[in-house]
Amino acid sequence: MDNEVRVIEIKKSVFAANEKEADELRDANKKKGTFLLNLMASPGAGKTTTLTQVINKLKNELKIAVMEADIDSDVDAIKIKEKTGVESIQLHTGGMCHLDAEMTKQGLAGLEGKDIDLVILENVGNLVCPAEFDTGASKNIMILSVPEGHDKPLKYPLMFSICDLVIINKIDVLPYFDFDLKLCEEYVKMRNPNATIIPISAKTGEGVDKVCEWLRNQVKLWKGSK
Amino acid sequence: MHELGVVFYAIDAIEKVAKENNAKKVISATLELGEVSTVVHEYFLDLWNWEVKKHNIMKDCKLEIVTLKAVTFCEDCEKTYSTVEFGRICPYCKSKRTYLLTGKEINIRNIKVV
Repeated sequence: MDNEVRVIEIKKSVFAANEKEADELRDANKKKGTFLLNLMASPGAGKTTTLTQVINKLKNELKIAVMEADIDSDVDAIKIKEKTGVESIQLHTGGMCHLDAEMTKQGLAGLEGKDIDLVILENVGNLVCPAEFDTGASKNIMILSVPEGHDKPLKYPLMFSICDLVIINKIDVLPYFDFDLKLCEEYVKMRNPNATIIPISAKTGEGVDKVCEWLRNQVKLWKGSK
Repeated sequence: MHELGVVFYAIDAIEKVAKENNAKKVISATLELGEVSTVVHEYFLDLWNWEVKKHNIMKDCKLEIVTLKAVTFCEDCEKTYSTVEFGRICPYCKSKRTYLLTGKEINIRNIKVV
């Protein structure tokens, strides 16, 4: 009977293994008091510039580290280090368009024992794939920039439905684009009624304090509910 | 777009189950893809064929894809309808208060092993 053909029923999501790993990572981070923020956006939305602004305002009260995820290169990790002085490490996804919990865990291992309050994971620039893979983050946020258009929440529903905070960046160029801020907020709420929306300009600094305030509260809540 | 990641995950999961069941070879695998799962079947197949060759236990594994219908529920008239055909707006009462019931699945249904 050695070569008998057997059918094994599995009936499980392909993502089951990743989701389990993500939950374990969240638990471990909670115990350590480390808040992991997963930041997503399309290429060019202003992730690195926004991060630089936010980190410089918060680095005296929180111990921060950044993990940059890209398919290749380390330009972002170097830029963050130069402009903020906080520790930044570069992760390469090996050709993949997103980061998963396993890769995140490996990255975090590089920060082990450093008592970091806030780790910011700058995910691969993409509005589709990163939304499918739970990284084990405490909270997910995304940046949508004005030139991309106010209809993006309709086109990328999954991304907007998993984000706790949606930052609308580059509002300094609003007069030059047909971007309807009100309509955009409506679309976001349609996909995700619980999302917080903060319009900012990372260039002029407008609204950045509100993002810091949100983040400060989230880190406090995470650490407080151990 | 993220077919590569999905293929890696699917193959890893299948390989694990096969080994746990002391299988020598995986002959075939059946995957369930929802109509709105955002996985493009052709890309998925291409990547699958490229990746399985690297796994000894799976190198001859045939892939069968079963499509699961996407169904949306309307909160106002409480009817269900085909998502692909009508999208987000209910064809019966024109309500926008609708949500997806099924259609996003990316599941491994079963595998055949010896």
